[in-house]
Amino acid sequence: MSDIQAESDLTYVREEMLAEAPPPVRDKGAVAWLRKNLFSSWLNGAMTVLALYVIWVIVPPLLNFAFFDAVWEGASREACATQQQGGVQPNGWFGACWPYIGDYFAQFVYGRYPIDQRWRVDIVFALFVIGLVPLLIPSAPAKGPNIVYMAVIFPVVALLLLSGGDFEYGSFIGIGEALASAAYDAGFWIDYALLALVFLGLAFAWAKATGAHALEPIKLVLVIMAALAVLLFLLGFDFGLESVPTSVWGGLLVTLVIAVTGIAASLPLGILLALGRRSDMPIVRFVCVVFIEFWRGVPLITVLFMSSVMLPLFLPEGVSFDKLLRALIGVALFSAAYMAEVVRGGLQAIPKGQYEGADAVGLAYWQKMRLIILPQALTLVIPGIVNTFIGLFKDTTLVLIIGLFDFLGQIQSSFTDPSWATPVQAVTAYLFAAFVYWVFCFAMSRYSIFTENRLRAGHQR
Amino acid sequence: MAVQDALPGRVGSGGNAVLNDQRVRGVIFQVLLIVAIVSFAWWIIHNTAVNLRAQGIEFGFDIMLDSAGFQINQTLIDYQETSSYVRVYFVGLFNTLLVSLIGIIMATIIGFVVGIARLSNNWIVAKAAYVYIEVLRNIPLLLQIFIWYFAVLRLLPPKREAIDLGPLGLLNIAGWYAPSPVFGPGFDFVVGAILLGLAASFLIRAWARRRQMATGERFPVFWTALALVVAVPIVVYFLADALTKGAPLTMEYATQGNFGPRGGTRIFPEFIGLLFALSFYTASFIAEIVRAGILAVPHGQTEASFSLGLRPGHTLRLVVIPQALRVIIPPLTSQYLNLTKNSSLAVAIAYPDLVSVFAGTALNQTGRAVEFILITMATYLAISLVTSAFMNWYNSRVALVER
Amino acid sequence: MKKPILPLLAGAAFALTAASASAATLDDIKAKGTLQCGVSQGLPGFSNPDAQGNWSGIDVDTCKAIAAAVFGDASKAAFTPLSAKERFTALQSGEVDVLTRNTTWTMTRDTDLGLNFTGVNYYDGQGFMVRKDLGVSSALELSGASVCTNTGTTTELNLADYFRKSDMDYEVVAFEKADEVVAAYDAGRCDVYTTDASGLYAQRLKLANPDDHMILPEIISKEPLGPVVRQGDDQWFNVVKWTLFALVNAEELGVNQENVEEMKDSDNPAIKRLLGTEGSFGESIGLSSDWAVSAIKAVGNYGEMFERNVGPDTELGIDRGLNRLWTDGGIQYAPPVR
Repeated sequence: MSDIQAESDLTYVREEMLAEAPPPVRDKGAVAWLRKNLFSSWLNGAMTVLALYVIWVIVPPLLNFAFFDAVWEGASREACATQQQGGVQPNGWFGACWPYIGDYFAQFVYGRYPIDQRWRVDIVFALFVIGLVPLLIPSAPAKGPNIVYMAVIFPVVALLLLSGGDFEYGSFIGIGEALASAAYDAGFWIDYALLALVFLGLAFAWAKATGAHALEPIKLVLVIMAALAVLLFLLGFDFGLESVPTSVWGGLLVTLVIAVTGIAASLPLGILLALGRRSDMPIVRFVCVVFIEFWRGVPLITVLFMSSVMLPLFLPEGVSFDKLLRALIGVALFSAAYMAEVVRGGLQAIPKGQYEGADAVGLAYWQKMRLIILPQALTLVIPGIVNTFIGLFKDTTLVLIIGLFDFLGQIQSSFTDPSWATPVQAVTAYLFAAFVYWVFCFAMSRYSIFTENRLRAGHQR
Repeated sequence: MAVQDALPGRVGSGGNAVLNDQRVRGVIFQVLLIVAIVSFAWWIIHNTAVNLRAQGIEFGFDIMLDSAGFQINQTLIDYQETSSYVRVYFVGLFNTLLVSLIGIIMATIIGFVVGIARLSNNWIVAKAAYVYIEVLRNIPLLLQIFIWYFAVLRLLPPKREAIDLGPLGLLNIAGWYAPSPVFGPGFDFVVGAILLGLAASFLIRAWARRRQMATGERFPVFWTALALVVAVPIVVYFLADALTKGAPLTMEYATQGNFGPRGGTRIFPEFIGLLFALSFYTASFIAEIVRAGILAVPHGQTEASFSLGLRPGHTLRLVVIPQALRVIIPPLTSQYLNLTKNSSLAVAIAYPDLVSVFAGTALNQTGRAVEFILITMATYLAISLVTSAFMNWYNSRVALVER
Repeated sequence: MKKPILPLLAGAAFALTAASASAATLDDIKAKGTLQCGVSQGLPGFSNPDAQGNWSGIDVDTCKAIAAAVFGDASKAAFTPLSAKERFTALQSGEVDVLTRNTTWTMTRDTDLGLNFTGVNYYDGQGFMVRKDLGVSSALELSGASVCTNTGTTTELNLADYFRKSDMDYEVVAFEKADEVVAAYDAGRCDVYTTDASGLYAQRLKLANPDDHMILPEIISKEPLGPVVRQGDDQWFNVVKWTLFALVNAEELGVNQENVEEMKDSDNPAIKRLLGTEGSFGESIGLSSDWAVSAIKAVGNYGEMFERNVGPDTELGIDRGLNRLWTDGGIQYAPPVR
């Protein structure tokens, strides 16, 4: 500056701005990014190298196995065996055997469900997706009818389609059997009508005793018994579908049946248990705590062992449960206990003022829960519920230990087929299974994060 | 029952006022509940008794004293084919505890490393940790066990060959033949030196703390303790070696036998497969817990600590970690419990844990489902309850004391 | 008989099997329209499903023969795959009507467990399979070997007895499922694979290189395998028992799948009695008089059943050995239809 002044009297005034200079090379582009994110210090550099090495050890062999060295076409084990093993591949070859997955793909999805009846499973899958997708999109309209569809219509239709319906019911009190002699269904309906009458009488007596209006409880009993009757009638009606026993169900079908039934049964049961655990009634609380802690304290596999070898002993002689149903009961009770703890978390998160406010406007217990507390609590714990569902979905694999053929069980059972038996068979199949499970679980966990963010945004305003 | 409760009570509309009292209703409902549960339990017990009688089986636990008749490969306590089912139970229980304990240690280490890596500002490390977590925790554990046991361990050499790990022994598909320690006469002195060192370290720590409180002067406790517990015993070891003419500790290695290596300490591949699957799977959950715990400590805490003049090491040790642990410990304990329960999946790959040998093999041989499954469930329940009790105690100890 | 309310409320949907399983099994099966058989989860030659889910094997054929005898139609047979652990519970609880699942006839099972063995459709014994390159030629050279086997079977106990008796040490690796045993053995986890000899032949097919393995000559146990029913229903017991006998008698009398119709006109009174053209033996067990004809038409006689599923011309290539007819030096022997 001083020498500028020395040359002229005038103070130097710059008349235009200097052009923006580019940042130094080391601070821009890929190099800077690398410096900042990977090599900011010696330690960081070492970690980068280590991480790259780990990736190098794992990823290329995996890609080679799954894609570059894999066999894509073939009709039998020769295509996927080395010459030493009696096949066509060079010795030392190690790659995936995809034609085997292709050959067995239908079995992995449907199990041993009769081939000419598989359209029924397809319809059930389609109905499920139709109901599920709008339910998951928060902005989709008609949530109420949608829930009714998923909770009532879909299960009945799915059960009818999958099993073929036409169930027979026996007389369960014995009066019907005496009146209608051997006729199976008639005996049942007579007994059912009697039972309905008994319930009506009880409702009437309760109304009289409490001084309430008699019409309301009677209406309630009538509606419930009628709905149940319609349901039972539908299940007992012969739609002309071929009966498919659950022993031939398998693959992804069984995995989804167990997972969906498990969640559907565990949610209401879990809510009841959570409410019971926070009840003022000491005995109710005690029973719920014992129930929850018992199921949470034992491994699922012992629960499944119990349901597969002990449950038959619990039932009266001559009564047996379907093997799949036994597993379902075990899974549902087990996940209900976990669900109860998730719901309890939601109940605890609701400010006390909400409970007191509901009490102040004179709501009865169930009204308070149904209208004020549960809607808030359940919305809060949607991520937790989804996480429980992910756990349940992964846990469905355990049923293969008790001899059910779920997706993983079906894959394992395909190893017995000598026409595809090669050393790469199991690795290929496990890779495929891992991918399928991962896609399902990852999608669910993404959805859970999505709801979490949406909820947080709602609270932040 | 639910039908009756769903009705809104109409207080003051006449009728029997007693039945409209909330407390009376509560009592009635609870009595009904007890009746329902007791009759349900009675119904089940009755059915079971009838069914067992029809099969000619007498319920009772005296069968536990019968001799088992089958062999188990991995036993931490003495076991023969002639041993009783009680011993089978303990063999299984100890195997369960062994794999759980080592699994917990491994899962914790991996989980903390991955969890901290997930927060690293090194892009590739953070992403690798992210991929690890998202892949591992979204694949069923049972499938991971199968993959480890039936796919990964299958890449090892066959039984009559082995990878030589040098001082660590041999490794092949039938497991890891680790060297087994043989203790010489002088080893007692080494053990004594270690114990003395430990005791001295504790004393020094207490003294150093008192002195720091009183004078503010610090004492290098850690290095002193390290010297006492490690360096002194090493000196004692060589002294004993020289004096007693025989190494206090020698290693016995596996040798080649007819059917592959024999001798040494045998680590079975079933154990390795189960251990790896359990630890890597659980670690993916622990990593997320650790991340959440560290993020839960507000940045202001670190800044405040720096402004007080604490060094980064002290900040981490005295400010951040204690607060993060308060968030980490409860979910961490439940992961430990999950790992213990998940170790029952051993049954799928023939690792002889409690479920596999006791609720599996022994049950199959006797056909006495009720007794064996009841005992197994009760055992897991006890483990869970003890852990929960410990967790509650710990929680109350570290809980934030608000003034 | 009263039906409890629980199955209705808890699972009307699936609990359709809530019908009586105790009293008259045969009537129940006829009412139901299917015969439910418990089979293994996959053992070539005995009961194994293919990619389309069709079951085949000697145990499957036994079940089909019973279905044919009852309904005159072998397609009425339905199969429930059962693990070793579940099989007896499944039978006791009525989930299956008959267990045709390579099950060894032992005294405990026949008495304590409330079951009845109806006969033997395959005489078996426990054997050992090893790799040829191991250079072992006798089971007595196996000291120090590791042995893969199935848990919860008589195999595991026989194994322990045999090694203890011969004063040899060994290491057992016991899996829940047969497939896992094979996978572990094939990968080289064990030196020896032990199960019923027929099972060894069957499982050998699943190995990557079946020719690299050999079966040792020692047979260390008696394993008579046969169909099992619940105790306390003599009529059903008779149906299963005599269907099996009919197949053996048919072989002895030279009746087979092809000539069964012509044989009805045979002059041999024994054949006439078997095929129902003389006497009313079918009716006496609650079936139609041509029960045996239907069974033989469905699966052939015992010899044909054996040859088709496990015989020397199949992939298993098992010699008939003990399972020859008594007239050929074996021990398959059926009481006469008379």
